[in-house]
Amino acid sequence: MPKEINDDDIQNITENIDELEITAVSTQQSTPLVKTGSNPLRVILDGFMGKVVKAMTIFSLLLLVLIIIGLVLKSIPVLKDNPLSTLLFSSQWSPFKGEFGFLPFILSTVYVTLIAAVIAIPLSLFTAIYLSEYANKRFLKYAAPMLDILGGIPSVIYGIWGVLLIVPFVRDDFSAWLGVDSVSGYSILSGGVVLAVMVFPVVVQIVYEVLKTVPHELREATLSLGATKWETIKKVVIKRASPGIIAACILGFSRAFGETIAVLMVVGNVVQIPKGIFDEGYPIPALIANNYGEMMSIPMYDSALMFAALILLVIVLVFNVYARWVLNRIEKSIK
Amino acid sequence: MTSSTIKSHISIKDLNMHYGKNHALKNISINIPDKKLTAIIGPSGCGKTTLLKTFNRLIENVDGTNITGEVLVDGENIYGKNADVTNIRKKMGLLNQRPTPLPMSIYDNIAFGMSIHGIKQKGVLNEKVEHFLRVASLWDEVKDRLHSPAARLSIGQQQRLCLARGLAVEPEIILGDEPTSALDPISTKHIEQKFVELKEQYTIVMVTHILRQARRIADYVIFMYLGEIIEHGPTEMVLGNPQHQLTKDYVGGAIS
Ligand SMILES: Nc1ncnc2c1ncn2[C@@H]1O[C@H](COP(=O)(O)OP(=O)(O)OP(=O)(O)O)[C@@H](O)[C@H]1O
Ligand SMILES: [Mg+2]
Repeated sequence: MPKEINDDDIQNITENIDELEITAVSTQQSTPLVKTGSNPLRVILDGFMGKVVKAMTIFSLLLLVLIIIGLVLKSIPVLKDNPLSTLLFSSQWSPFKGEFGFLPFILSTVYVTLIAAVIAIPLSLFTAIYLSEYANKRFLKYAAPMLDILGGIPSVIYGIWGVLLIVPFVRDDFSAWLGVDSVSGYSILSGGVVLAVMVFPVVVQIVYEVLKTVPHELREATLSLGATKWETIKKVVIKRASPGIIAACILGFSRAFGETIAVLMVVGNVVQIPKGIFDEGYPIPALIANNYGEMMSIPMYDSALMFAALILLVIVLVFNVYARWVLNRIEKSIK
Repeated sequence: MTSSTIKSHISIKDLNMHYGKNHALKNISINIPDKKLTAIIGPSGCGKTTLLKTFNRLIENVDGTNITGEVLVDGENIYGKNADVTNIRKKMGLLNQRPTPLPMSIYDNIAFGMSIHGIKQKGVLNEKVEHFLRVASLWDEVKDRLHSPAARLSIGQQQRLCLARGLAVEPEIILGDEPTSALDPISTKHIEQKFVELKEQYTIVMVTHILRQARRIADYVIFMYLGEIIEHGPTEMVLGNPQHQLTKDYVGGAIS
């Protein structure tokens, strides 16, 4: 009989200890166990570091503002000479005559990036899902470094690969399948494909990491309701990961808008509004890279190219702001 | 002894389970009594969670697991060749250590399971969502914000939501892996009360490391140690008058 009482006492104590531990943890957060005030140097350093990180952050944010101010100042001459609507919506491009219609460049940029997105987003998503949800450890061991390498290849190599492989493929095979004649292969499609291949490893890696942060228990909970594996992935895992997935795409495609050399090598660089995927295009980064050497020799040309850079920056900013807005809305629906 | 006379819902025969080289479950044979609350107790790492997850085949999602033996649910070996795993899992609601609300609204959390099993009519769904939220004593607290994200509920509310969600797919069995260990005392009491009510209709298996909880609500106790079942039987026998030395030590607090 006395033993029985003993048991309960012990149990009581262990339960109380459990509770005590919980309170101990929660008080730790509000009142530090060690008083920082006892060592003045640490307090000074603490305050100092707080200011340092703040200053660094403000400095890097200021950089963006400075870049924008610089580009705007440099664009003023061309903006004074031409109405904004002409600059943005005209496709007359003859720098010698002082005609600067940027529409072909703007549309080429957008089209090439769109084609890349259409190819790269599903590909990256499915790859990341495979790696995170289906692949076994052995496969991952080989796949992960390969993706690392793919992401680290310099863009000029992607460009050469595009010229040697993608351009002939688009010219000879792909156009034949679609029944299109006499194309050069240098096209917004080739640009989009090369861009997609470049963005793919980055997006896969981030999406993979994001999927890995979805707790295992959430998958188990969904499966235990009788959901199939695919239902679990589609309706719960992706949903939970969607803010991160969108952030990954934003990151990938902010880079894609500005990717220069690889696209420039395969896109044809013809000033025209592309009417189809086999048409040549001339994205803004290619325009700047191809012409910055002679921009001083033609009046207004330097200002026009600066304005081109400003347009590119605005495109990226608008895209980012819009995507963040979408991201916020999704986040609010799940958190 | 008594187990043969009790009708059993889950019946385990010679179950062995390895995580790679780690022999996590050793020769488990046991009948889980029908419409009773069974508590699995034992020191940390003895295989309680592992055993629970073999009941609905969640264990096979872990890389490198190897299972032999039989788990019969309603007489059907769930590890048999023709077993329909989604159907098996649907028979069992699961409550985890920490609540796992799905990343959607409170309403959709409950409706999700029903809709994947083919209930799509709005009217039926509305009715059932309300019903199961009431069963989990959550309705009054959430009825005005059914469409706000479930993640905004308190932890205790989330756990009741998970219970309601599990019940909504109309299982026969409820599995709980230390379902109250993340909860405050009041929420713990809520869940315990629910379990006591629900065992009239459901077979409940619950892992717990709180002996007093087992004493309070369990009808039947399984004591495990290092992957083996050491002793099992009605609560008052295993906890009140343990036969095995290891059980005596554990119940006496000598091992934990
Ligand atoms: N995913 C895993 N991979 C490898 N070994 C595992 C895995 N999960 C559990 N184990 C091992 O299996 C054994 C049983 O673990 P289990 O989680 O079932 O213990 P438990 O009784 O639930 O413990 P606790 O009370 O701490 O939750 C332990 O030795 C553990 O290290
Ligand atoms: Mg456990």
